[in-house]
Amino acid sequence: MSGLPEASSFAGRIDGLFLALLALCVVVMLAVFVTMVVFAVRFRHGRDVDRSGESHRDLGIEMTWTLIPFALFVGIFAWSIHLWIDMRTPPADAETIYVVGKQWMWEFQHPGGQREIDTLHVATGHPVRLVMTSQDVIHDLSVPAFRVKQDILPGRYTDLWFTATRPGTYDLFCAEYCGTDHSRMGGSVVVETPAAHARWLAAHASGSLAERGRTLFTRYGCAGCHDAGSSVHAPRLEGLYGSTVPLADGRQVTADERYLHDSIVLPAEEVAAGYAPIMPSYKDRIDEADILALLAYLKIRGTERESPHAPR
Amino acid sequence: MHRAEPSYLTEGSTLASWLTTHDHKRIAILYAVAITFFFFLGGIAAALIRLELATPHGDLMSADTYNKTFTFHGVVMVWFFLIPSIPNTLGNFLLPLMIGARDVAFPRLNLFSWYLYLLGGLFTVTCLLLGGVDTGWTFYTPFSTLFSNTHVVLAVVGVFIVGFSSILTGLNFIVTIHTLRTKGMTWFRLPLFVWSMYGVSLVMMLATPVLAMTLSLLAIERLTGVGIFDPSLGGDPLLFQHFFWFYSHPAVYIMVLPSMGVVSELITASVRRKIFGYRFMVYSIIGIAVVGFLVWGHHMFVAGQSMYASIVFSILSFIIAVPSAIKVFNWTATLYKGDITFGAPMIYALGFVGLFMLGGLTGLFLAATALDVNLTDTYFVVAHFHYIMVGGAVMAYLGGIHFWWPKITGRLYSEGWARFAAILMFLGFNLTFFPQFLAGAEGMPRRYYRYPDEYALLNVLSSAGAVLLAASYLLPVGYLLWSLRFGERAGPDPWGAKGLEWETASPPPPHNFERPPVVTDGPYAYVHP
Ligand code: HEM
Ligand SMILES: [Cu+2]
Repeated sequence: MSGLPEASSFAGRIDGLFLALLALCVVVMLAVFVTMVVFAVRFRHGRDVDRSGESHRDLGIEMTWTLIPFALFVGIFAWSIHLWIDMRTPPADAETIYVVGKQWMWEFQHPGGQREIDTLHVATGHPVRLVMTSQDVIHDLSVPAFRVKQDILPGRYTDLWFTATRPGTYDLFCAEYCGTDHSRMGGSVVVETPAAHARWLAAHASGSLAERGRTLFTRYGCAGCHDAGSSVHAPRLEGLYGSTVPLADGRQVTADERYLHDSIVLPAEEVAAGYAPIMPSYKDRIDEADILALLAYLKIRGTERESPHAPR
Repeated sequence: MHRAEPSYLTEGSTLASWLTTHDHKRIAILYAVAITFFFFLGGIAAALIRLELATPHGDLMSADTYNKTFTFHGVVMVWFFLIPSIPNTLGNFLLPLMIGARDVAFPRLNLFSWYLYLLGGLFTVTCLLLGGVDTGWTFYTPFSTLFSNTHVVLAVVGVFIVGFSSILTGLNFIVTIHTLRTKGMTWFRLPLFVWSMYGVSLVMMLATPVLAMTLSLLAIERLTGVGIFDPSLGGDPLLFQHFFWFYSHPAVYIMVLPSMGVVSELITASVRRKIFGYRFMVYSIIGIAVVGFLVWGHHMFVAGQSMYASIVFSILSFIIAVPSAIKVFNWTATLYKGDITFGAPMIYALGFVGLFMLGGLTGLFLAATALDVNLTDTYFVVAHFHYIMVGGAVMAYLGGIHFWWPKITGRLYSEGWARFAAILMFLGFNLTFFPQFLAGAEGMPRRYYRYPDEYALLNVLSSAGAVLLAASYLLPVGYLLWSLRFGERAGPDPWGAKGLEWETASPPPPHNFERPPVVTDGPYAYVHP
């Protein structure tokens, strides 16, 4: 991958694995290829060579030439899985940036409230976790220089994480076909030194994401039912994030981002035990970026007071 | 010219006699004509795609036109060329001959399958004429159900119908192989081509209904808006992908198993030696057919399926490489102590082995989850499946056409031209698709009609290769048609090959054999010099 910069902590490890597998494949190809050419030349029609007898035919050969390469390839598999588990496990201190994909643009929201379209600013040396959803069709966020890529689905959150290592500006692509302007749905990731990034954040601050969520919580009328002092019998939301919620149908779910999202858009699907299914659906009334702001707010609110349900 | 012996070709020459025939050999020809038509239709779309990508800016057509072009290319090539090509032409022609039967088990059903194929094709072409469809051949939801404004339902109906054609062909072949083998033709005396037809028929019959079901659900969702795949109604967009790949991964084996069968025949005949490890070759066909059903999830490593599911699909994908490797090693070993001639069929076969190996080994990169993250949905995948399907399946198909051409038509083609075309195809192919591995490894996404300048050089190479490749596809049309009139008469067995099909006249009489042949020995009974 000569032309591609290695700009994340994964890049070098992935390229290492790539080269190892490439080397193994080249060896196998060459072995077969050379043998073929040698046989083809030696036994071509008209040459006076010994062709007598049954050619050697035993189970031993078949087993050897199949199992040895296979064992080597299984080694590659194990190596790959090891790396893959790391790639799918974000560290606890990763900073969460929310991403909404739509036909055909990217919207990024930093925890400090900074919002960007089609460009993402991050700092070197600090793990970043992107929590992503789509407003319409399936998209896919891909940053080749980081060797990361993840589909983005409507109605669901997916995530990926990376630690950028080299300041610079890198291509950002949509990699899952999404209609007319699929090939224009791109942008760039700007990787800055921590100091430069801090300056950028300060210059674009506009109240944190959770703050915006707090405003929306009132504006969308959530507070009317869910706040203390409401006369409506609705669950309190303090400490909800991360807790285990018993449902009316007997199941239990963890109140993760998916649950919170679905509770807003499809409230009748998973009704908390002990409550009537009276919450209206906000589907089509609220866009994904606002839901993300609400989630950021609910998370903060979680740490403010005791959980109403069994704590995690 | 002297009078030809009575053959299936001379049995009535009116159009009606062809369109109502029940003779498997004539039906094979009907398929060949229709399939060739669709191959060139898909090829024109391919040429347009490469022309557009010769520059980075997207200056030839609009984004929508481009999206419709690659969708049309994919739909036609997959369902109207790759899947039916070898089974319905060579398979139809050769299967009864190779097992010593007079025809397939259900001759009328066979003709009916051809009409279904045409009907499906009619829908697809109509769809194109009305403005096309822009979903990609994969029809991913919710784009296809909620967002695309094109003729999705029409396209899907076409594919649905052609799917039934393939189910019926599979059924016909399986019953034929089970019930119509001639005296002495035991299971382990079947030529490998027949085994590959058996394997592929099983996959067709078991996998295609899933496609039919999936496409029906898609059409229902699109027409009525019930929440099957639509997340805002509680549906699951990934469900579609699971269903789709549950069919479509086995489908890639529908494309490649027949090629393996053909290549086995070409190699053993050109080497005049028994195929090395016949039984292993049979087991690996069955192995591929079975394990092929268990690896669909490797198309979804970054789609949002669970980490653990991906690990399981990854190891299964490594395992399915084993039977393919056995094939390659055994073909190579067959050359040992052979008496090898390098006619056009052999050149095609060797070309197949090379391209198939590169396609298969790059599959391992995609099967390794951590590497797939970077490579999936890029041109690396495009190169990978073209190596297997275009490099592999088309090479094998053409090799087979050349090998059995004298049997089918009774004439010999120009050997010089045929070798030239085969070599040109190999070179053109590599020039077209090898650069795409590099572009993909450097991150160029697929299905882009414009792209960043840094990928320009690789794309120009690829477009140049496509010109050579196109020439190499047109050449055989020329010299093969020429041979129909001017080619030398072939005689029953011009290559000195073994197999029941070579024991009857070329072209064969209407009922294949004067009297049913009796088999007393295994296949490929070449005597050593
Ligand atoms: C044997 C013949 C094969 C054929 C005809 C074939 C064909 C294909 C096709 C059509 C795709 C593209 C799907 C898309 O549109 O995204 C694909 C992708 C893939 N193939 Fe194969 N393939 C073959 C063998 C293999 C083998 C042997 C492996 C693994 C050892 C493999 C692994 C993969 C993987 C993992 C993908 C997913 C790529 C991705 O989307 O990331 N394939 N193949
Ligand atoms: Cu997109």
